[in-house]
Amino acid sequence: MAGIYIHIPFCKQACHYCNFHFSTSLNHKTALVEALQKEIKLQKNFLLGATIESIYFGGGTPSMLTEMELMDIFSTLHQSFEIGKTAEITFEANPDDLTSAYLQTLVKSPVNRLSIGVQSFFEEDLKWMNRAHDANQAIDCIHEARKAGFENFSVDLIYGSPSTSNGMWEKNLEKIRALKIPHLSSYALTVEEGTALGSWVKKGKMPDVDPAKSLKHFEMLQQFVQKNHYRHYEISNMALEGFEAVHNSNYWKRIPYLGIGPAAHSFDGKNRQWNINNNAKYIQALNEGRLEMEKEALSESDLFNEYIMTGLRCDWGISKAYIAKHFPQFNNTFEKELAAQVQLGALVEKTSSFVLADAAKFIADGVASEFFVVND
Amino acid sequence: MEKFRNFCVIAHIDHGKSTLSDRLLEFTKTISERDMQNQALDDMDIERERGITIKSHAIQLYYDHSDGVKYTFNLIDTPGHVDFSYEVSRSIAACEGALLIVDATQGIQAQTISNLYLAIEHDLEIIPVLNKIDMDSAMIEEVTDQVVDLIGCDPSEIILASGKTGEGVQEIMNAIVDRVPAPKGDPKAPLQALIFDSVFNSFRGVIAYFKIINGVLKKGDKVRFVNTGKEYGADEIGILQLDQVKKKVVGCGDVGYIITGIKESKEIKVGDTITTIENPCSEAIQGFEDVKPMVFAGIFPVDNDDFEDLRDSLEKLQLNDASLTFEPESSVALGFGFRCGFLGMLHLEIIQERLDREYNQNVITTVPNVTYFAKSKKKGSEKFIVKTPADLPDPSQLEFVEEPYIEAQIISKPEYVGSIMTLCLDKRGEMTKQTYLTPTRIEMTFILPLAEIVFDFYDRLKSISRGYASFDYTPLDYRQSDLVKSDILLNGDPVDALSALVHRQKAEAFGRKICKKLKELLPRQQFKIAIQASIGAKVVARETISALRKDVTAKCYGGDITRKRKLLEKQKKGKKKMRQIGNVEVPQRAFLEVLKLD
Ligand SMILES: Nc1nc2c(ncn2[C@@H]2O[C@H](COP(=O)(O)OP(=O)(O)O)[C@@H](O)[C@H]2O)c(=O)[nH]1
Ligand SMILES: C[S@@+](CC[C@H](N)C(=O)[O-])C[C@H]1O[C@@H](n2cnc3c(N)ncnc32)[C@H](O)[C@@H]1O
Ligand code: SF4
Ligand SMILES: [Mg+2]
Repeated sequence: MAGIYIHIPFCKQACHYCNFHFSTSLNHKTALVEALQKEIKLQKNFLLGATIESIYFGGGTPSMLTEMELMDIFSTLHQSFEIGKTAEITFEANPDDLTSAYLQTLVKSPVNRLSIGVQSFFEEDLKWMNRAHDANQAIDCIHEARKAGFENFSVDLIYGSPSTSNGMWEKNLEKIRALKIPHLSSYALTVEEGTALGSWVKKGKMPDVDPAKSLKHFEMLQQFVQKNHYRHYEISNMALEGFEAVHNSNYWKRIPYLGIGPAAHSFDGKNRQWNINNNAKYIQALNEGRLEMEKEALSESDLFNEYIMTGLRCDWGISKAYIAKHFPQFNNTFEKELAAQVQLGALVEKTSSFVLADAAKFIADGVASEFFVVND
Repeated sequence: MEKFRNFCVIAHIDHGKSTLSDRLLEFTKTISERDMQNQALDDMDIERERGITIKSHAIQLYYDHSDGVKYTFNLIDTPGHVDFSYEVSRSIAACEGALLIVDATQGIQAQTISNLYLAIEHDLEIIPVLNKIDMDSAMIEEVTDQVVDLIGCDPSEIILASGKTGEGVQEIMNAIVDRVPAPKGDPKAPLQALIFDSVFNSFRGVIAYFKIINGVLKKGDKVRFVNTGKEYGADEIGILQLDQVKKKVVGCGDVGYIITGIKESKEIKVGDTITTIENPCSEAIQGFEDVKPMVFAGIFPVDNDDFEDLRDSLEKLQLNDASLTFEPESSVALGFGFRCGFLGMLHLEIIQERLDREYNQNVITTVPNVTYFAKSKKKGSEKFIVKTPADLPDPSQLEFVEEPYIEAQIISKPEYVGSIMTLCLDKRGEMTKQTYLTPTRIEMTFILPLAEIVFDFYDRLKSISRGYASFDYTPLDYRQSDLVKSDILLNGDPVDALSALVHRQKAEAFGRKICKKLKELLPRQQFKIAIQASIGAKVVARETISALRKDVTAKCYGGDITRKRKLLEKQKKGKKKMRQIGNVEVPQRAFLEVLKLD
């Protein structure tokens, strides 16, 4: 089993909060799409011939690809990898791009799942975020996607923003329910360095996010999820039965993945590597037949820490048996911390594992880091 | 012999010793312009950063006098802060003269006086220098009068100088030759050299600085340290320029260094006498009194396994700083560590910083205290020393406690007398004398409990007087006081390292302040933290820190798991630097910061 991630590093305009790697200049787009294909060929042995069970087009904004570009990428993928018949193929799309014509293109392509960057159904929020779409497009794109035949799709929402009142958040969730959205990714607004928002907050022109508000919205989300029978399978992800994301879940299960494109990360089970986050340099390197990237060999403690970190964020949790089998050297400290966290009420025992208590989900990082093994 | 001149530079802090010393180095071309850095002698990082001299520094200069003779000067720059008067007294013992620097914009200050008395006690020839005369605010006439009053010299003996422009430097050079006596001593007599300082170098071991009183020292001599009785070979000797310069012989009256292969800091005692085995001197030079630490605090390794490393580092530091004392101690909260004695709070801070920087020791410093005496009610019991609050018997068993008192001299302007009085009364002080030195300078004498000036007194004095107050003190005696032990509990667990002895009337207010401060210093945790202050069984103050509610990246991070893991690793490392007390994690700095109450 393995997955492929393809990064499309272009956006129409920069959202104020976003520090993902993207460029708003399309000058290099053609060259970049060519470079992506070169990288696919170059890396075809990275996954050691494993069957591909998931492909994810992320960004930036994949929906800025033309039909031709998308087809080219698919044909190169098929030449280089064996893609499973039931593979999940997700495509991130921005609402303003999801015209019925573009949706037709996607339906005809191997894409079988959409992830739509709605963020909010309120004009105020979208303006505040500097999104390229408006409130009407936020709704319309969902209807259009369904009309085009997409049943398996996800919506991204951001909460905790200064522009979002509790009432607005309530109404956003209500929309999700009314529209019977099968999968929801919902993220707390995070102020990042190197973004417009980051610099305003630093200069005091904009209030920082209020952690109490983020928490309040998260609690509302938890109630919503329970009431409407979503499975809250990861801190920021919830799905109706059968709609859980395969690709993202595999990240958290430490299944190997190959990342294609600038800033994309790859993982082979023991090493992680990431491409340079600069479009021009990425293209140039591939033109010379090489990859510009950094690499990290994961030590036993790194692997242990990642197991804890990802496991705690997910509803399958962390298990004593797994630790005993894979990390016997850390077993003692693990069991001690486990007992302490259970005692504190942060972790609860499930059938064969320990998971975060609902009330501890919003301190997941703190709990995970308590388990961490670090050297000075 | 008559070609040597040994002198030190003494002054109140910031009056310009280091700057003027720089000018002397330049004038004699000891340092080329290219190598000149400001405050060239302050070679420790902390000294440069804080702009203060902590250690004494010795350096040799050569001066061609108008009489056609080339003179060798040994200049010793000394610290000016109250905490370090001990360094000053040792430097003084190696000299025949002293440049007494007075800032012409500030006038005489408390340290000017105390250092001057030390110099006079040692019969040094005093050369008064008014510094900073380039400044518009220089009060040359007024300060000249002050100096004349103080040392009874003729106004014409006072040199006007500026460390900034170099004015007066030539005159200072001439005065050193003409007025500072040449060292007296007999080059033919048996060797008698006074060790006045030592440093530890991790490559070369212990390096001792000495001044030869009688005789000469030759490389390769077999030498004996008279007080310790230990014998060594003089493997390397030399003189002190900006770097050490090897020599075959160091002559009578000169200042130099010796390396004997000593690796153990304990083996060397500042104040000891060096002589030769072949032709030993009949008696040791009168050395230095052992330093009396004024303030004590526990120093503990953050990680208990580093105890032996910490001991090693303290031993090395002690070599460099004879005023540091320490002995092993154990604390319920912090495990094994050392109870260390310091000259004052600045000294404590500097030791902590040097441990960190020079020896890479991560330490926790506990609430500082002074030493007390106590007597228990038990029949036949004797008065005993209380070095840490934990040593104090239960109140029901306590007959009395005595605490150390000091006599403090404060010099300021008359307009600040009121606020200085208020401060000293608040610190349980009593004024015993008030003298006008000049119409605009007043000297006040107070009797104060030492414990009250240990913390934040100096800073508060400076701020209420806008910097126009200087302060010096001498230990007086022990007196009975109504002291109680204030304890701190975290989630019900007492933290012995945060206990303190305080006056009964101040105890409640003290407890409240500590609780408040701890609330600021302790990070939120997964659970609620109760902070309590108690006197005996009675809780006098309480604060709570509510549980941490948000600590998660609830943002898409895709395949970039590395970055996220690294963030959490950093978080964990931060936690590892904290001390677990019961179930509460206490940051290292909290133990000391907690007393910075204002
Ligand atoms: N204008 C002026 N400033 C001076 C003079 N001498 C020293 N200073 C300044 O006074 C401050 C204290 O000087 P420093 O030599 O460190 O004093 P020390 O504490 O006695 O060693 C520094 O900022 C110097 O630059 C001087 O003659 N004129
Ligand atoms: C990698 S982005 C790209 C998706 C696509 N370009 C879009 O914006 O619709 C995936 C999601 O991360 C979320 N996101 C990006 N930056 C964020 C931030 N600073 N705080 C919270 N969520 C953020 C947004 O919800 C976004 O839809
Ligand atoms: S949120 Fe999406 S559309 Fe906005 S800048 Fe980031 S990647 Fe581009
Ligand atoms: Mg200085």
